[in-house]
Amino acid sequence: LVDIFLWLLRIGLVVAIAIGAFNSLTSGRLSGQQWRDLIVFGIAQGSIYALIALGYTMVYGVLRFINFAHGEVFMVGAMVGFVVADPLSRTSLWTDMTVVAVLLVILVAMVASALVALLLERVAYRPLRGAPRLIPFITAIGASFFLQYAIAGLFGTGFKTYPRVPGLDGAFRLLGFRVLKTQALVVLVAVVAMVALYVFIERTRAGRAIRAVSEDQEIAKLMGINVDRTIAVVFAVGGAMAGIAGVLYGIVFGQVFFFTGFVPGIKAFTSAVLGGIGNIGGAMAGGLALGSVESLGPSLVLTGLAIPAANQLKDMVAFLTLVLVLIFRPTGILGERLAEERV
Amino acid sequence: MVAISPATPSLVAEPLRPARPVDLRRAIRLGLVAGVMGVFVCSIGMVLRFQGRIIVADLGFGYVVLGGLTLLIAYLASASPPRLQGFEAPAPGARNLLAGVIAGAFAAAVMTTFLAFVGNVDVRDIFLNVSEPMIEIVTFGRGLGPGILVMAGWSVALGVVAGVLHLLPQLARREVIVAAASVVLGALLESVVSPILREVGLTSLITRLYDASALKPAGAVVVAGVCVAVDMALVRRRAVFRARMQAMRPTARNRLRWLLIALGLLALGALPQILGQFLTAVANLAGVFMLMALGLNIVVGFAGLLDLGYVAFFLVGAYATGVLTSPASPGFSPEMVFLLAVPFVVIIGVLAGIFVGAPVLRMRGDYLAIVTLGFGEIARLLAVSDWLRGTLGGAQGITRIPNIAIGPFVLDSPQEFFYAVYGLAVVAIYVSYALQNSRMGRAWVAMREDESVAEAMGINVVAAKLWAFVLGAALASLGGALYASTIHSIFPASFGIQQSILLLIIVIVGGLGSVPGVVLGALVLVAMPELLREFEEFRFLIYGALLILMMLRRPEGLIPSRRRALELHEEDRAQDEWLQARVEDAAGTPEPYRQPHEI
Repeated sequence: LVDIFLWLLRIGLVVAIAIGAFNSLTSGRLSGQQWRDLIVFGIAQGSIYALIALGYTMVYGVLRFINFAHGEVFMVGAMVGFVVADPLSRTSLWTDMTVVAVLLVILVAMVASALVALLLERVAYRPLRGAPRLIPFITAIGASFFLQYAIAGLFGTGFKTYPRVPGLDGAFRLLGFRVLKTQALVVLVAVVAMVALYVFIERTRAGRAIRAVSEDQEIAKLMGINVDRTIAVVFAVGGAMAGIAGVLYGIVFGQVFFFTGFVPGIKAFTSAVLGGIGNIGGAMAGGLALGSVESLGPSLVLTGLAIPAANQLKDMVAFLTLVLVLIFRPTGILGERLAEERV
Repeated sequence: MVAISPATPSLVAEPLRPARPVDLRRAIRLGLVAGVMGVFVCSIGMVLRFQGRIIVADLGFGYVVLGGLTLLIAYLASASPPRLQGFEAPAPGARNLLAGVIAGAFAAAVMTTFLAFVGNVDVRDIFLNVSEPMIEIVTFGRGLGPGILVMAGWSVALGVVAGVLHLLPQLARREVIVAAASVVLGALLESVVSPILREVGLTSLITRLYDASALKPAGAVVVAGVCVAVDMALVRRRAVFRARMQAMRPTARNRLRWLLIALGLLALGALPQILGQFLTAVANLAGVFMLMALGLNIVVGFAGLLDLGYVAFFLVGAYATGVLTSPASPGFSPEMVFLLAVPFVVIIGVLAGIFVGAPVLRMRGDYLAIVTLGFGEIARLLAVSDWLRGTLGGAQGITRIPNIAIGPFVLDSPQEFFYAVYGLAVVAIYVSYALQNSRMGRAWVAMREDESVAEAMGINVVAAKLWAFVLGAALASLGGALYASTIHSIFPASFGIQQSILLLIIVIVGGLGSVPGVVLGALVLVAMPELLREFEEFRFLIYGALLILMMLRRPEGLIPSRRRALELHEEDRAQDEWLQARVEDAAGTPEPYRQPHEI
């Protein structure tokens, strides 16, 4: 009976998406230029999700649990980035050597996020290793709220406006797509970070230790790998990636506040699942996929179904994607690593 | 979990090794932690905000929180390590005192460094709450130089107090803690105590105990004295009472239980008359949350399905009530009376439960949590959206929801409404107990423990899960209906993820699967911030910390359900059994093997 219900749901969705897409494409409400803008926007946003998703997926890879507070690690990066960028923007460094200044902001945010992630691991998760899976998950929810309101208490509850980065206004054309310079920056930084991460995981000793621990903790321990330290490294690296994402988010959207982490966190988690959780390449693919779905979905499907103010429902499309992915394809596009190990 | 077999070690009676000493390095570490926490509560503005609330004489609540943290951690630092298998019981001594002093000193070091820094460097642009008034409070108004010394002395003194507490005999220690806690609580709950005293006609007592909202010194002594006396009587009587209960025949015990329940219900019925208008309104809000928490307890506590989007059902119930009863409902507006609307509301809630429940049945625990979270957010986003503005009112919500009317009686005061809320809550409590002991309740337990095994034993797992979702949804939508009719207007913003998490915290802090725990949790966690306005700002910060702490230290909750406690503490139980066997051996009375916890 439940199966029939699910099949009906599936068929209904496919039909709705097809009708919606057909209607909006034939109606010509948006020009080709606008569609291309949406695609570029989706890719830029998707890169941010992908960076956050790496943290979820790496932690899941080694510990098999969802670090619900990871969105808050991202938020700490964005807030600390602001705290550094704001006074820095009043010095001459900001205008004269913009690249150095932005790198400095990113670096500080990375360190702050990595420290928060490490603290989280040490205080909230390490004592619970080996407990039933839901217990650290609930702890993570508590940690998430604690971090949000701790940041609100420390830095205030208001919106923080990121300083404008000189030389990032305007856009340029690339293969017929109009790309805003901020978007180009985001994609560039994200790609560099991910390549660095790939090299770290595949080529270094610590990376090999991470892969070994995610394969089998017990055996890794027998091979002389310090499992505790490796797990801490995973948290730190995931946190640093989230820190980068935080600053990029601040630069693109301009404003951050203490609740900034929640929705991007959930979306990044969706990306991680979409790409196959535990799978690092998948996180990147999932991020890009979710970014595109979220930016195209409302205009493409919802407007076609004659639903008004579709852009308001952007978050809803993301959550809907989350729910549908988890229901119908919890192993993701690229497949979950070590999927057979878990029941 | 690896259970240590209780039988093996007692067969070979090897001599006990001497107890392990108090760990001084741990004391240093905890002292630093205490210092950092002190800096934290100062920097987020908690100390300053709480200082406005005077407890007794000139002592503000800010000092109580700051000092209490140091004291608590120093107390932990100076505690003897727990007794372990094969070791003697530790005896308290000078080393406890030393550990307390060390912890206090290290806390002082961190705090003074912080003060010296913020006293000289202005960081107010970044850390908004590191303000002059805060620094003045923490330096005890003595100026930076002498103030820092006073602060350091204060921390060390608290460390000494913590150490001394361990040297007291157990009963004395307990009573000191009871006295201190009762004074703090007595002052904080002035807004509860005073109206009750006024309603019972003891107005003169209020002015004798309280000075504005603070206790007078004499009042503090009275409060502490009464609480200590009651506690001592309880400690002494409890064992006697237990034994007498055990000795009674089952029929007599049952009769006594019913008598107590009847008395409790009578007291509940008289409550709104004593509480007065404001307190009753607070109690009603707590009651609405209690109803929903009982529903969530069925889903999370009984069936073990972590639902993070429970607020969706609350929203469905509230909006269904709004649309069906309010004359201001924007689209469809039948303007039903409440009682007529309720069946529809519950049916809609149940349908929502099936709709959310059915797709997630096959899912693993953590994925289920995330999907339900997604559903909760989708429900809220739909309510805000312009798309459904025609029926749900968008961000403006639905206003002018009428009071509950039963025939010609309109429940238009909190006191009357109280009976509706707590009437339903009592029914929900009864249903919870009945479910727990039903076939379905046992199926849930089996499923929670191991789904595959439960399925193999012939339990219809799909049906069991769906039932949990449906019952939970029904209770939440009832809660939503009551909420809508007390608040009179509903907005999508009231149904955020915070509400789901708040309900989850109520259930977890009270005790997963424990009905009395959930009732108590709802009363404390919902009513507290209403009564203590200072608390409101830090509500979710404290709840978050509480959730982490509970999971680390006491995952079974404050009032644990017996079954859950057994599941979560298998190892400890094995240890307890071993120790008990040891004690019995030493006493030379080979008693028959007894289980410390009854199943």
